[in-house]
Amino acid sequence: MASSPSFLDPVLLGALVLSAGITLVAAYRVIVGPTTPDRVVGLDVIGTNVVAIAALYSMRAAHGLFADVALVLAIIGFISTITVARYVTEGDIIE
Amino acid sequence: MAVLTTALVRTLDPVVLVSEGGGAPTVGPLRGAVVALLVVVGAFFLVVGTVGLVRLPTVYNRMHATSKATTLGASSILLAATAYFGPRGAGLVSLVGIVFLFVTAPTGAHMISRAAQRMGVDFEPGVTWPGGEGVDDPTAGEDADADAD
Repeated sequence: MASSPSFLDPVLLGALVLSAGITLVAAYRVIVGPTTPDRVVGLDVIGTNVVAIAALYSMRAAHGLFADVALVLAIIGFISTITVARYVTEGDIIE
Repeated sequence: MAVLTTALVRTLDPVVLVSEGGGAPTVGPLRGAVVALLVVVGAFFLVVGTVGLVRLPTVYNRMHATSKATTLGASSILLAATAYFGPRGAGLVSLVGIVFLFVTAPTGAHMISRAAQRMGVDFEPGVTWPGGEGVDDPTAGEDADADAD
């Protein structure tokens, strides 16, 4: 069974709550805009924050599977950012 | 007998050995302190990035804040996961995630900023391209190329 020092769990829980609140604040930029690149930047930040949240949860749950979740979320966030940037410039994703 | 077989498989099969690294580790006080420090630093940088995203005036400024600070924050938390899980299994996956973030975050920010410039999103008032009066929009030539395609 996993054992960890008693101060670790409050730190992880606090960081999780802080990251979740910050992700909600980043949603303000996605909703308000004012331009499309603003929204893309906001979604990119939300994606990176969710990567951090997945890593934090993997430590808090002592479950290494969530580290894979973080990696896959990073990949999907990158692909979506590139896709939207290409759609905005070219007007088309796959030619 | 079944327990003995699983024990034998675990000692022989490297894949199982690697996946064992993702299980619940035993964290001592020193490793716990390192993990807590990295998590606190990472959360701080995430806060800095998000404050920059909300407070700064234009897309380019916001990108400047988020692409660096948020990458550092997430990388620090992933490094904490590496310290927590050890060098195998989930810890190795976290290290790969750090490398991936450091490669992709600047690329994505560059793509978005180029898209914003193509869309004609203005700079902060008083900001021009570097190089003085004679230098115009450096993407104008690229636009001509794109039209030729």
